[in-house]
Amino acid sequence: MTGVLQGLTMVSVAVFATAVVLNRDPLPQAMVFAFFGMSLVLLFLVLQAPDVSLSAIVVGAMAYPLMTVLTLAKIRQRR
Amino acid sequence: MSTRTRLLLFVLPALGVAALLVWSFTGLPSFGHYPGPYGNVVNAQVVPVRHATNAVASVNFDFRGVDTIGEEFILFAAVMGTSALLRVQRRERQEGSSDDRDESHPAAETAGAVQVICMALVAPIVLLGIYIVVHGHLTPGGGFQGGVILATAPLMVYLGGRYIVFRQVSPKGLLDFGEGAGAGGFVAIGFIAMLAGAAFLENVFPLGKASEVFSAGTIPVINLSVGLEVAGGLLLVMWEFLEQALVVRG
Repeated sequence: MTGVLQGLTMVSVAVFATAVVLNRDPLPQAMVFAFFGMSLVLLFLVLQAPDVSLSAIVVGAMAYPLMTVLTLAKIRQRR
Repeated sequence: MSTRTRLLLFVLPALGVAALLVWSFTGLPSFGHYPGPYGNVVNAQVVPVRHATNAVASVNFDFRGVDTIGEEFILFAAVMGTSALLRVQRRERQEGSSDDRDESHPAAETAGAVQVICMALVAPIVLLGIYIVVHGHLTPGGGFQGGVILATAPLMVYLGGRYIVFRQVSPKGLLDFGEGAGAGGFVAIGFIAMLAGAAFLENVFPLGKASEVFSAGTIPVINLSVGLEVAGGLLLVMWEFLEQALVVRG
Protein backbone atom coordinates (compact mmCIF):
# COMPACT_ATOMS: atom_id res chain seq x y z
CA MET A 1 0.00 0.00 0.00
CA THR A 2 2.78 2.42 0.97
CA GLY A 3 4.68 1.44 -2.15
CA VAL A 4 1.66 2.27 -4.34
CA LEU A 5 1.27 5.69 -2.66
CA GLN A 6 4.97 6.43 -3.06
CA GLY A 7 4.86 5.45 -6.72
CA LEU A 8 1.73 7.57 -7.36
CA THR A 9 3.19 10.67 -5.73
CA MET A 10 6.50 10.28 -7.57
CA VAL A 11 4.69 9.98 -10.90
CA SER A 12 2.59 13.06 -10.06
CA VAL A 13 5.76 15.05 -9.26
CA ALA A 14 7.22 14.02 -12.62
CA VAL A 15 4.00 14.93 -14.46
CA PHE A 16 3.60 18.37 -12.83
CA ALA A 17 7.31 19.18 -13.19
CA THR A 18 7.07 18.45 -16.92
CA ALA A 19 3.92 20.59 -17.11
CA VAL A 20 5.78 23.51 -15.48
CA VAL A 21 8.56 23.26 -18.08
CA LEU A 22 6.11 22.94 -21.00
CA ASN A 23 4.16 26.08 -19.99
CA ARG A 24 5.88 29.02 -21.64
CA ASP A 25 3.56 31.83 -20.45
CA PRO A 26 4.58 33.02 -16.93
CA LEU A 27 1.04 33.45 -15.53
CA PRO A 28 -0.27 29.91 -16.21
CA GLN A 29 3.20 28.66 -15.31
CA ALA A 30 2.88 30.18 -11.83
CA MET A 31 -0.49 28.43 -11.39
CA VAL A 32 0.89 25.09 -12.59
CA PHE A 33 3.91 25.59 -10.32
CA ALA A 34 1.55 25.76 -7.33
CA PHE A 35 0.23 22.31 -8.29
CA PHE A 36 3.80 21.06 -8.70
CA GLY A 37 4.50 22.41 -5.20
CA MET A 38 1.48 20.51 -3.83
CA SER A 39 2.65 17.27 -5.49
CA LEU A 40 6.05 17.72 -3.79
CA VAL A 41 4.26 18.29 -0.47
CA LEU A 42 2.40 14.98 -0.89
CA LEU A 43 5.63 13.19 -1.83
CA PHE A 44 7.42 14.44 1.29
CA LEU A 45 4.40 13.50 3.41
CA VAL A 46 4.29 9.97 1.97
CA LEU A 47 8.05 9.62 2.54
CA GLN A 48 7.44 10.52 6.22
CA ALA A 49 9.15 13.94 6.24
CA PRO A 50 6.39 16.14 7.70
CA ASP A 51 8.79 18.99 8.61
CA VAL A 52 9.95 19.32 5.02
CA SER A 53 6.37 18.89 3.86
CA LEU A 54 5.21 21.91 5.90
CA SER A 55 8.07 24.00 4.53
CA ALA A 56 7.21 22.92 0.99
CA ILE A 57 3.57 23.98 1.45
CA VAL A 58 4.53 27.53 2.35
CA VAL A 59 7.33 27.94 -0.19
CA GLY A 60 6.17 25.95 -3.22
CA ALA A 61 2.42 26.31 -3.06
CA MET A 62 2.12 29.79 -1.52
CA ALA A 63 5.08 32.18 -1.43
CA TYR A 64 6.64 31.56 -4.84
CA PRO A 65 3.43 31.61 -6.96
CA LEU A 66 2.19 34.68 -5.07
CA MET A 67 5.43 36.59 -5.72
CA THR A 68 5.31 35.66 -9.40
CA VAL A 69 1.67 36.73 -9.79
CA LEU A 70 2.30 40.05 -8.00
CA THR A 71 5.33 40.77 -10.18
CA LEU A 72 3.31 40.01 -13.30
CA ALA A 73 0.53 42.30 -12.07
CA LYS A 74 3.03 45.12 -11.73
CA ILE A 75 4.60 44.49 -15.15
CA ARG A 76 1.20 44.47 -16.90
CA GLN A 77 0.22 47.67 -15.14
CA ARG A 78 3.26 49.44 -16.57
CA ARG A 79 2.45 48.47 -20.16
CA MET B 1 26.45 27.06 -36.04
CA SER B 2 23.85 24.87 -37.70
CA THR B 3 21.03 23.19 -35.79
CA ARG B 4 22.56 19.81 -36.61
CA THR B 5 25.93 20.67 -35.08
CA ARG B 6 24.26 22.13 -32.01
CA LEU B 7 22.14 19.04 -31.55
CA LEU B 8 25.25 16.87 -31.86
CA LEU B 9 27.06 19.07 -29.32
CA PHE B 10 24.17 18.55 -26.91
CA VAL B 11 23.44 14.86 -27.49
CA LEU B 12 26.98 13.51 -27.12
CA PRO B 13 27.73 15.10 -23.69
CA ALA B 14 24.15 14.39 -22.57
CA LEU B 15 24.66 10.68 -23.32
CA GLY B 16 27.90 10.80 -21.33
CA VAL B 17 26.18 12.44 -18.35
CA ALA B 18 23.30 9.94 -18.57
CA ALA B 19 25.76 7.02 -18.56
CA LEU B 20 27.57 8.46 -15.52
CA LEU B 21 24.23 8.99 -13.72
CA VAL B 22 23.08 5.42 -14.37
CA TRP B 23 26.48 4.15 -13.21
CA SER B 24 26.33 6.15 -9.98
CA PHE B 25 22.68 5.19 -9.30
CA THR B 26 23.71 1.51 -9.26
CA GLY B 27 25.97 2.28 -6.30
CA LEU B 28 23.26 3.98 -4.21
CA PRO B 29 21.78 2.27 -1.16
CA SER B 30 18.39 0.77 -2.04
CA PHE B 31 15.24 2.88 -1.58
CA GLY B 32 14.29 3.37 2.06
CA HIS B 33 17.56 2.01 3.48
CA TYR B 34 19.48 4.60 5.46
CA PRO B 35 23.19 3.73 5.81
CA GLY B 36 24.46 6.81 7.73
CA PRO B 37 25.10 6.51 11.47
CA TYR B 38 24.27 10.15 12.33
CA GLY B 39 20.48 9.94 12.03
CA ASN B 40 20.29 6.83 14.20
CA VAL B 41 22.45 8.50 16.87
CA VAL B 42 20.22 11.59 16.83
CA ASN B 43 17.03 9.52 17.00
CA ALA B 44 18.37 7.61 19.99
CA GLN B 45 19.73 10.65 21.85
CA VAL B 46 17.19 13.44 21.26
CA VAL B 47 14.67 12.50 23.95
CA PRO B 48 17.07 11.46 26.75
CA VAL B 49 19.64 14.24 26.13
CA ARG B 50 17.48 17.18 24.99
CA HIS B 51 13.94 16.27 26.10
CA ALA B 52 12.67 17.23 22.62
CA THR B 53 10.46 14.82 20.68
CA ASN B 54 11.08 16.44 17.26
CA ALA B 55 14.52 15.25 16.15
CA VAL B 56 14.54 17.61 13.15
CA ALA B 57 14.02 20.69 15.33
CA SER B 58 16.68 19.63 17.80
CA VAL B 59 19.21 19.20 14.97
CA ASN B 60 18.25 22.53 13.39
CA PHE B 61 18.12 24.68 16.51
CA ASP B 62 20.41 22.88 18.95
CA PHE B 63 22.97 20.41 17.58
CA ARG B 64 23.57 22.42 14.38
CA GLY B 65 22.15 25.75 15.52
CA VAL B 66 25.01 27.80 14.05
CA ASP B 67 24.12 26.52 10.56
CA THR B 68 20.55 27.68 11.08
CA ILE B 69 21.73 31.16 12.11
CA GLY B 70 23.48 31.34 8.74
CA GLU B 71 20.30 30.25 6.94
CA GLU B 72 18.22 32.73 8.90
CA PHE B 73 20.50 35.58 7.89
CA ILE B 74 20.21 34.52 4.24
CA LEU B 75 16.48 35.20 4.58
CA PHE B 76 17.18 38.41 6.49
CA ALA B 77 19.55 39.67 3.80
CA ALA B 78 17.12 38.70 1.03
CA VAL B 79 14.28 40.62 2.67
CA MET B 80 16.51 43.65 3.25
CA GLY B 81 17.68 43.53 -0.38
CA THR B 82 14.12 43.31 -1.71
CA SER B 83 12.98 46.24 0.45
CA ALA B 84 15.93 48.36 -0.60
CA LEU B 85 15.35 47.57 -4.27
CA LEU B 86 11.64 48.40 -4.15
CA ARG B 87 12.12 51.52 -2.02
CA VAL B 88 14.24 53.28 -4.68
CA GLN B 89 11.60 52.63 -7.32
CA ARG B 90 8.88 54.07 -5.11
CA ARG B 91 10.72 57.38 -4.81
CA GLU B 92 11.09 57.43 -8.58
CA ARG B 93 7.34 57.12 -9.03
CA GLN B 94 6.55 59.81 -6.51
CA GLU B 95 8.79 62.28 -8.37
CA GLY B 96 6.92 62.04 -11.64
CA SER B 97 4.97 59.58 -13.80
CA SER B 98 1.33 60.37 -13.16
CA ASP B 99 0.08 57.53 -15.40
CA ASP B 100 0.14 55.09 -12.45
CA ARG B 101 -2.63 57.02 -10.74
CA ASP B 102 -4.89 56.56 -13.74
CA GLU B 103 -8.57 56.60 -12.70
CA SER B 104 -9.48 54.27 -15.56
CA HIS B 105 -7.70 51.34 -13.82
CA PRO B 106 -9.75 50.80 -10.62
CA ALA B 107 -9.03 47.76 -8.47
CA ALA B 108 -11.14 44.73 -9.34
CA GLU B 109 -14.17 44.04 -7.15
CA THR B 110 -13.78 41.04 -4.84
CA ALA B 111 -16.63 38.53 -4.92
CA GLY B 112 -18.71 38.28 -1.75
CA ALA B 113 -18.01 34.55 -1.28
CA VAL B 114 -14.25 35.14 -1.48
CA GLN B 115 -14.52 37.93 1.10
CA VAL B 116 -16.46 35.76 3.53
CA ILE B 117 -14.13 32.76 3.18
CA CYS B 118 -10.99 34.89 3.56
CA MET B 119 -12.26 36.73 6.63
CA ALA B 120 -13.45 33.48 8.22
CA LEU B 121 -9.98 31.96 7.68
CA VAL B 122 -8.00 34.73 9.39
CA ALA B 123 -8.52 33.67 13.02
CA PRO B 124 -7.96 29.91 12.44
CA ILE B 125 -4.77 30.68 10.48
CA VAL B 126 -3.39 32.83 13.32
CA LEU B 127 -4.20 30.06 15.81
CA LEU B 128 -2.62 27.37 13.60
CA GLY B 129 0.50 29.50 13.07
CA ILE B 130 0.99 30.08 16.81
CA TYR B 131 0.37 26.38 17.47
CA ILE B 132 2.98 25.30 14.89
CA VAL B 133 5.58 27.76 16.25
CA VAL B 134 5.03 26.90 19.91
CA HIS B 135 5.02 23.11 19.38
CA GLY B 136 8.07 23.08 17.10
CA HIS B 137 10.15 20.98 19.50
CA LEU B 138 7.35 18.44 20.00
CA THR B 139 5.67 17.87 16.64
CA PRO B 140 6.57 18.63 12.99
CA GLY B 141 6.78 22.35 12.34
CA GLY B 142 8.60 25.14 14.09
CA GLY B 143 9.53 28.76 13.70
CA PHE B 144 9.96 28.79 9.94
CA GLN B 145 6.79 26.92 9.00
CA GLY B 146 4.65 28.59 11.67
CA GLY B 147 6.06 32.00 10.78
CA VAL B 148 5.00 31.70 7.18
CA ILE B 149 1.57 30.47 8.24
CA LEU B 150 1.24 33.55 10.49
CA ALA B 151 2.27 35.76 7.58
CA THR B 152 -0.57 34.39 5.46
CA ALA B 153 -3.21 35.71 7.92
CA PRO B 154 -2.84 39.39 6.90
CA LEU B 155 -2.59 38.19 3.29
CA MET B 156 -6.06 36.64 3.71
CA VAL B 157 -7.28 40.09 4.74
CA TYR B 158 -5.76 41.48 1.55
CA LEU B 159 -7.23 38.68 -0.61
CA GLY B 160 -10.62 39.48 0.93
CA GLY B 161 -10.33 42.85 -0.77
CA ARG B 162 -9.32 44.90 2.26
CA TYR B 163 -5.97 46.34 1.21
CA ILE B 164 -6.30 49.29 3.60
CA VAL B 165 -7.06 46.93 6.50
CA PHE B 166 -4.08 44.80 5.46
CA ARG B 167 -1.87 47.83 5.93
CA GLN B 168 -3.49 48.57 9.30
CA VAL B 169 -3.12 45.06 10.73
CA SER B 170 0.51 44.81 9.57
CA PRO B 171 2.05 48.27 9.99
CA LYS B 172 5.49 48.58 8.42
CA GLY B 173 7.26 49.74 11.60
CA LEU B 174 6.03 46.65 13.47
CA LEU B 175 7.16 44.35 10.64
CA ASP B 176 10.61 45.97 10.58
CA PHE B 177 10.87 45.53 14.33
CA GLY B 178 9.64 41.91 14.24
CA GLU B 179 12.08 40.90 11.54
CA GLY B 180 15.07 42.55 13.21
CA ALA B 181 14.18 41.42 16.73
CA GLY B 182 13.60 37.84 15.54
CA ALA B 183 16.93 37.61 13.72
CA GLY B 184 18.78 39.34 16.56
CA GLY B 185 17.01 37.23 19.19
CA PHE B 186 18.46 34.00 17.76
CA VAL B 187 22.00 35.40 18.06
CA ALA B 188 21.21 36.85 21.51
CA ILE B 189 20.21 33.39 22.78
CA GLY B 190 23.61 32.18 21.57
CA PHE B 191 25.36 34.89 23.58
CA ILE B 192 23.22 34.17 26.67
CA ALA B 193 24.69 30.66 26.60
CA MET B 194 28.19 32.20 26.52
CA LEU B 195 27.30 34.43 29.49
CA ALA B 196 26.32 31.27 31.36
CA GLY B 197 29.82 29.95 30.73
CA ALA B 198 28.92 27.49 27.95
CA ALA B 199 29.71 27.48 24.22
CA PHE B 200 27.88 29.76 21.77
CA LEU B 201 24.28 28.54 21.31
CA GLU B 202 24.71 25.65 23.74
CA ASN B 203 21.43 24.50 25.27
CA VAL B 204 21.73 26.01 28.76
CA PHE B 205 18.05 26.60 29.58
CA PRO B 206 16.21 24.15 31.87
CA LEU B 207 15.23 21.10 29.81
CA GLY B 208 11.96 20.39 31.60
CA LYS B 209 9.93 17.21 31.04
CA ALA B 210 9.90 15.72 27.54
CA SER B 211 6.67 16.16 25.51
CA GLU B 212 5.58 19.26 27.44
CA VAL B 213 5.35 22.71 25.85
CA PHE B 214 7.85 24.21 28.30
CA SER B 215 10.70 21.78 27.69
CA ALA B 216 13.76 21.20 25.50
CA GLY B 217 15.60 24.29 26.79
CA THR B 218 16.51 26.86 24.15
CA ILE B 219 14.73 25.12 21.23
CA PRO B 220 11.22 26.61 21.77
CA VAL B 221 12.70 30.04 22.53
CA ILE B 222 14.68 29.98 19.28
CA ASN B 223 11.53 28.77 17.49
CA LEU B 224 9.63 31.82 18.76
CA SER B 225 12.40 34.12 17.60
CA VAL B 226 12.59 32.48 14.16
CA GLY B 227 8.81 32.60 13.86
CA LEU B 228 8.86 36.34 14.54
CA GLU B 229 11.62 36.89 12.01
CA VAL B 230 10.04 34.79 9.24
CA ALA B 231 6.54 36.20 9.70
CA GLY B 232 7.87 39.77 9.79
CA GLY B 233 10.25 39.25 6.88
CA LEU B 234 7.73 37.61 4.57
CA LEU B 235 5.07 40.22 5.33
CA LEU B 236 7.62 42.98 4.76
CA VAL B 237 8.36 41.62 1.28
CA MET B 238 4.63 41.26 0.56
CA TRP B 239 4.05 44.77 1.88
CA GLU B 240 6.63 46.25 -0.48
CA PHE B 241 5.37 44.16 -3.40
CA LEU B 242 1.75 45.07 -2.80
CA GLU B 243 2.55 48.74 -2.45
CA GLN B 244 4.43 48.61 -5.75
CA ALA B 245 1.68 46.68 -7.51
CA LEU B 246 -1.50 48.03 -5.98
CA VAL B 247 -1.49 51.23 -3.96
CA VAL B 248 -1.09 53.26 -7.12
CA ARG B 249 -4.59 52.17 -8.14
CA GLY B 250 -6.20 53.51 -5.00
